[in-house]
Amino acid sequence: MRSPSPVASIDNAAFIAALQACLPLGAVLSQTEDLRPYECDGLSVYRRLPLAVVLPETVAQVQAVLRLCHQQQVPVVARGAGTGLSGGALPQADGVLLSLAKLQRILAIDPVRRLARVQPGVRNLAISQAVAQYGLYYAPDPSSQIACTIGGNVAENSGGVHCLKYGLTVHNLQQLTIATIDGELLTLGGDGLDAPGYDLLALLTGSEGLLGVVVEVTVKLLPLPACVQVVLAAFDEVAKAGAAVGQIIAAGIIPAGLEMMDKLAIQAAEAFAHAGYPVDAAAILLCELDGSQAEVPEQMQQVQQILTDSGATSIRCAETDAERLAFWKGRKSAFPAVGRLAPDYYCMDGTIPRHRLPTVLQRISDLSKTYGLAVANVFHAGDGNLHPLILFDANQPGELQRAEAFGGEILTLCVEVGGTITGEHGVGMEKIDQMCVQFQAAELSQFHAIKAAFDPDGLLNPGKAVPTLHRCAELGAMHVHQGRLAFPELERF
Amino acid sequence: MSQDLTASLQAQVQQAAADRRPLRIVGSDSKAFYGCAGHGDPLAVTDHRGIIHYAPTELVITARAGTPLREIETALAAEQQMLAFEPPYFGPGATLGGTIAAHCSGPRRAYVGAARDFVLGTQLINGQGEVLHFGGEVMKNVAGYDVSRLMAGALGTLGVLLSVSLKVLPHPPAEITLVQTVSDTAALDQLHRWSALPLPVSASCYVDNQLWIRLSGTAGACAAAQALIGGEQVETGQAFWHNLKEQQHPFFEPTLPLWRLSLASNAPPLPLPGRWLYEWGGALRWLHSNASADEIRTHAQRAGGHATLFRGGPRDAVFQPLSPGLWALHRRLKQAFDPHGILNPGRLYPNL
Repeated sequence: MRSPSPVASIDNAAFIAALQACLPLGAVLSQTEDLRPYECDGLSVYRRLPLAVVLPETVAQVQAVLRLCHQQQVPVVARGAGTGLSGGALPQADGVLLSLAKLQRILAIDPVRRLARVQPGVRNLAISQAVAQYGLYYAPDPSSQIACTIGGNVAENSGGVHCLKYGLTVHNLQQLTIATIDGELLTLGGDGLDAPGYDLLALLTGSEGLLGVVVEVTVKLLPLPACVQVVLAAFDEVAKAGAAVGQIIAAGIIPAGLEMMDKLAIQAAEAFAHAGYPVDAAAILLCELDGSQAEVPEQMQQVQQILTDSGATSIRCAETDAERLAFWKGRKSAFPAVGRLAPDYYCMDGTIPRHRLPTVLQRISDLSKTYGLAVANVFHAGDGNLHPLILFDANQPGELQRAEAFGGEILTLCVEVGGTITGEHGVGMEKIDQMCVQFQAAELSQFHAIKAAFDPDGLLNPGKAVPTLHRCAELGAMHVHQGRLAFPELERF
Repeated sequence: MSQDLTASLQAQVQQAAADRRPLRIVGSDSKAFYGCAGHGDPLAVTDHRGIIHYAPTELVITARAGTPLREIETALAAEQQMLAFEPPYFGPGATLGGTIAAHCSGPRRAYVGAARDFVLGTQLINGQGEVLHFGGEVMKNVAGYDVSRLMAGALGTLGVLLSVSLKVLPHPPAEITLVQTVSDTAALDQLHRWSALPLPVSASCYVDNQLWIRLSGTAGACAAAQALIGGEQVETGQAFWHNLKEQQHPFFEPTLPLWRLSLASNAPPLPLPGRWLYEWGGALRWLHSNASADEIRTHAQRAGGHATLFRGGPRDAVFQPLSPGLWALHRRLKQAFDPHGILNPGRLYPNL
C-alpha cells in the first residue's frame, strides 16, 4: 500500500472516528494487524488491506455505516464469511470492509409455511440444522456450506450439488431486505409467491454486492425427502459417462444430484476421503435420487439399467446411510483433496452445454500439456457446471501467471461452446476480463446503467463484476497483438 | 414457420426512440385485458417467431418471442417434456414473449416454480434500440446481473423480448386428481399439513366447498400419496385443471371485477364480500367482488401480500401501489433501460 499523504491521514482519522461514533466499542478495526484477516476472500491470490473493517451488530448500525460512507463518498465492500472464490470480497484500499458476520441470528422459523427468516451472517448449513426438527431443510448446498453465509449466497446466487432438481439460491428465496447505499431499507418479495412491480428479488440475487447490502433473508424450506439413494458408476471413458448423463435425463428422471469426476480428481478424493472410489476409472458418476419410498427404488432400477447400457464398468448402490455419506464425502472434499497434490490450485467455474463435455475436456487436456500444469476436473454433470482445478506452485516464478492464463483460456472455451464464464462462483475480481469475452459493449453499458439506478456514485463494491468499456477495449487491443495478456507481472486491478 | 425479424424490429424501435414516439408491443393480444391500458403505436412482434433450438437432453428450449405457445408445448410434448410452470394461454394465439412479459404461471407454480424460475436467457431490444443478450442456455450462469428474469412480469416496459431460453422438465409419468368436500379453513389446514411432507402434490384448488388436489410422479408415488391424502379420484381431472388455468371454470364467468390476491398461504379467509377460489396451496386467491380497491388492497397487504385487478374495472390502477422507495427505484430502472419512455408506457403503472 502507498503511504497516505498527511492530509489524507487526517481525513482518514476523522472518518474512522465518525465510524466509531456509530458503532459499538471494538466494532471498527483500523490497525494493520487487525485488518490482515480481511485482506482477501477464498481467492487468496488477490490481497489488499482496506482503510477500515467494521463489524456492525444491528441493521441500524449497517444503515449508519452506509449513510456515513455515502456522505463521505467512501467505497464499501460487503463481506460474509469470506469463502467466495472470485475475489468478490476483496477490499478497496480507500474503502470500508463491511462485515455482516455479527448479524447471525435466525429470527423466525415458520414450519407451516416452510420459511426461515434469518440475518445475513447465518451460515448456510446452520439453517438446515435449525429446521431439521421440523423435518425441513434448505436445499442449496454449496460445498462451503459449513462456513459460507446466506447473505453471501444471495450475493453470489450460490448453487451446490442439488441445483438441477432444487434450483439455485434465486429459486429458494421468499423475501429480502436490503440496505441501499444511502442507508434506506427496501423489502423485495413478500409473504406471497410474488410481489408487484419488477422482480427486484431476482435482480439483487447474484448482484455481487454492487446494488445493495443484504440485511435480512427469508428462505424457502423443503420437506426432508422420505427416501434417498445414491449410485456410483465407473467408466473407462469420460465420453461414456457424459452420454449416460444425457440418457438419464432423456428417461425423464431428474436426479437430486448428478456429479462427475475425472481420473485425477478420483484418485485425489480417494486418497483423502477413502470413499471407496475405483481409482483406475477414467470417470465416475455419482447419481442421487430422492423422493417417496414408492418412487425412488423404481427410478433407481431404471438408472442402473441406463448406466449398464451406457457401458459402466462397475455400478455400486450405497446400501447404508454411512456408505451414501462416504460416497458424497469423496465428492465434497474433492477441492481440499486436490489441494494436497500441489502447493496451490486454482479452481475454475464455467458452465457448458452438457453434450459438449467430451470436446471441452479434450481441449482442457491439450491446454494442460501446453501450459505444463496438471488439471483435475470435477463436474456438476446434471447442470453442466465444470470445475477444473489447475495445479501449480505459486513459489515457482511465473506459475501463477501461467495458471491464470490457462484458466482464462478455459473460460473463453466455455463461452465458445455456448456456455458461460461463471456458473456459481461469480465474476468478482477474478473474471472481470472474461466478462469482455462474454458480453458486448451494449450489454456492459446496460449493466452499468442498472448499477447507476441503485448506486449512482458507484460506491458499492466498485471495480468488481462488470468491467468498464475502457478496460475491455484495452484488453481487446492486447489480445490482438499477442493472443495473451501483455505484462502479466503488472498489477491490472 | 420460422422468421427472424430482429433487424426490422430494431429499426422500428430506433426510429421510435429518435422520434420520442411511444410503442405498444403487440403479440396475439391474448392478454390485452391484463395490466393498465398503456398507449403508443403498435409494434407487432408475432411474425418474429420459430423455435431456434430445442435440446431435450439439455432440458432447454430457445424460441423467438412471437412463437405461439402452442407450437412450443407441442414440440415439448413430443419428447414427453413440458413447461413446468404450466402457463395459461388466455387466447389461442398466446405467444412466448407475452407469456414471459405478463409472467403467466398456472396451477403447478406453487410446487415447481413460476415462469421466471425457468428463464435461462433472453435477447431483447432496449429503449435505445440496442439488441442485447443476457444469460444463455445453461442452467447455472451468474455472469452479470440477472436481466433475463427481470423481464418476467415487466410487461414490456424494459425491453422488447426477441427470444427466450427456458429450462424444461420431463412430463411426470402419472397424474391423478382427488377431490374432497371440506370447509375453507379446514382446506387451508390440510394443504399446509401436506406441504410439510414430501408428497408429489402438483396442484391444488379450493372452490365451492371442494378441495381439489393433483398428484404427479410415478404411478407408485401417486398411489402412496393418494392413500395418505384421501378423497375421491376423478377421471375428469385433466379438464378441471385446464379450465382452471385458462379461467374457463364456471367460477370465472364474468360478473363482478376479478381480483387476484397473492398472500401468505396460511392467511385466514379474508373478510371481503364476494366469491372466492383458492389456488397454490392458499397463496393465490381469486375474488369476484365490488368492494373498493382500497379495501381489497388493505386486506391483501395485512395478509402479507398484494392485490391485482385482474379483469374488469378501471384499467388505470391495476397493480398494488409500491412503497416510495421501491417506486423511485422502479423509475430509475425504467430510465436505465428506456430513457425516452417509449416502451409500453403506462402498461405496468401509470407514469412508468
